[in-house]
Amino acid sequence: MNIDKLNFTVPSKAKLFAFALMGIGLISIVLMFLMDKENQEEHYHQYTRAWSNVFAGAFFFTALALAAAFFLGLQYAAEAGWSTTIKRVIEAVTMYLPWGLSLMMLLFIVGQFHGHHIYHWMQPGISTPGDHNYDPVIAEKSGYFGVFWWIRTILYMVGWLFFTFKLRKNSINADKLDIDVNNSYHWKNVKLGAWFMVLFAVTSSTSSWDWLMSIDTHWFSTLFGWYIFSGMWISAVVAITILVIWMKKIGYLEYVTESTIHDLGKWMFAISFLWTYLYFSQFMLIWYSNIPEEVIYFQTRWESYKALMWTVLFVNFAFPMIMLMSRDCKRNFFFLMFVGTIIFIGHYLDLIMIVMPGTVGHSWTGLSWMEFGTFFFFLGLFIYVVLNALTKAPLMVKNHPFLQESLHHST
Amino acid sequence: MGATAKNKHIIHGVFGDEVPMMEACKKLRASGIRIKDVFTPMPIHGLDGVIGLPRTRIAICAFIYGITGTSLATLMMWYMMVHDWPNDIGGKPTWAYYFAVPAFIPITFEATVFCAAHGMALTYFLRCWLVPGAKAKNPDPRTTDDKFLIYLELNDEQAKKAEEILKGNGAEEVNHKGSFVVEPSYVLEESH
Repeated sequence: MNIDKLNFTVPSKAKLFAFALMGIGLISIVLMFLMDKENQEEHYHQYTRAWSNVFAGAFFFTALALAAAFFLGLQYAAEAGWSTTIKRVIEAVTMYLPWGLSLMMLLFIVGQFHGHHIYHWMQPGISTPGDHNYDPVIAEKSGYFGVFWWIRTILYMVGWLFFTFKLRKNSINADKLDIDVNNSYHWKNVKLGAWFMVLFAVTSSTSSWDWLMSIDTHWFSTLFGWYIFSGMWISAVVAITILVIWMKKIGYLEYVTESTIHDLGKWMFAISFLWTYLYFSQFMLIWYSNIPEEVIYFQTRWESYKALMWTVLFVNFAFPMIMLMSRDCKRNFFFLMFVGTIIFIGHYLDLIMIVMPGTVGHSWTGLSWMEFGTFFFFLGLFIYVVLNALTKAPLMVKNHPFLQESLHHST
Repeated sequence: MGATAKNKHIIHGVFGDEVPMMEACKKLRASGIRIKDVFTPMPIHGLDGVIGLPRTRIAICAFIYGITGTSLATLMMWYMMVHDWPNDIGGKPTWAYYFAVPAFIPITFEATVFCAAHGMALTYFLRCWLVPGAKAKNPDPRTTDDKFLIYLELNDEQAKKAEEILKGNGAEEVNHKGSFVVEPSYVLEESH
């Protein structure tokens, strides 16, 4: 095997591409903030849409990296053999997590000091009776928000980073040994992966309640956590798939079999259905029971975000269903990349649809360059961080008990 | 060329491992020998391609059964809920089908899955004739335990060639299980 091809160097074109995306994104973000004006009639605060966009971009790629960490942990916990050859790519995607979480933290701090109005419950005097901001519903929940919210947020971040770094470190340490006789590092990671599943099962739900559902403070849905989880999982799988296909195309990862990529395509297909299932379950129960405090969530979306709602449903459900059903489509890698890109954008739009109605509300004027500009900035940053992480370790793991199985993987 | 009666030998190539068995299959096919079937204790990915089986059509069947389920469910719900006895359940009247589409989706989904799954299973059982009371058509019971068997039906010269290839690729046994005569009218012109 060609040893040069085991050490990844970022192609200058890719670096340029990432910087170009970041540049375009940065200009859009600055313009967006300059153009975002207050609207007294509609009770629209200045910069709300701009901040919401930045928040959506920061959350999307953080969640994606987190889901990649989950996917990695899942491979260990399930002792899966098919994915060993692409393990370093998954690891590289998880390495965006510290960046993403730092950005999220920054946004939370700005919010706490009233720099933006994404979280209604962060407003001063919200639970003080007599204050003009007083909201009795939130006052009832004040024990859950406030200090307890911050403790949870910090715990999530510390917990996720601990597992992500530990999984990565064990994997790299295993490479340093000539022969790992008892697969000691692997078994450590199996344990870590299993424990991470437990942590993730709880925190993926609670963190999406805390960070996303609390935007619509008065509204609640127990299914919401899984819905967000399925969305970030598919985004992660799409990112990994596109990365693997691209790297194979420029000459790396020659030992990754077609069947491995075919399997990634199956994941894309399957999780699209998981997402649809959860999205629809949430919608149908609320639609059917027709309880005002629940229905308000979809009412806002139906009134001011109808086009976006249908687009999201079509792009994330009907499109992958039709496009990825046959085996030949999943084995055509150009096609897989194309479908993946569309789904990826579709799930970003899904997040826009989750965030905007709670912040911008009826002042929404439809999708614009602002959403895409912000998306480009975070995409550029994500690409840059992930490609750099790929250069940090050989692309093929050395001491892994399932390496041979993965090299001969065929379906 | 006029077809004449042909004598066909039944040959069992028995292997202890899948890797040499696959190799032997490839070599047999490369030298123009048609493999009648292969019996293995577990499923082997990619074997159907190696022994030259045509692609399965079960996926097409599944699609047709699924569409059937979708249509049946829609027809049933339309008849019950819209045509025959319209209801107003929880402020969701069913005066027309599209009024309450979200409520109909779970049933449509379930019926689609039900018909696709049962249709596929029944098709498979019937096609393989795995009906109640069917006798096992296993040429050698050891293939249900730890042996891999290549089943060949060949004429005289091919039989010799096949035996060489099988032995040369690590077959543990090559068993001759007699021969039979193919009537001239059934003999196809060999394409190889």
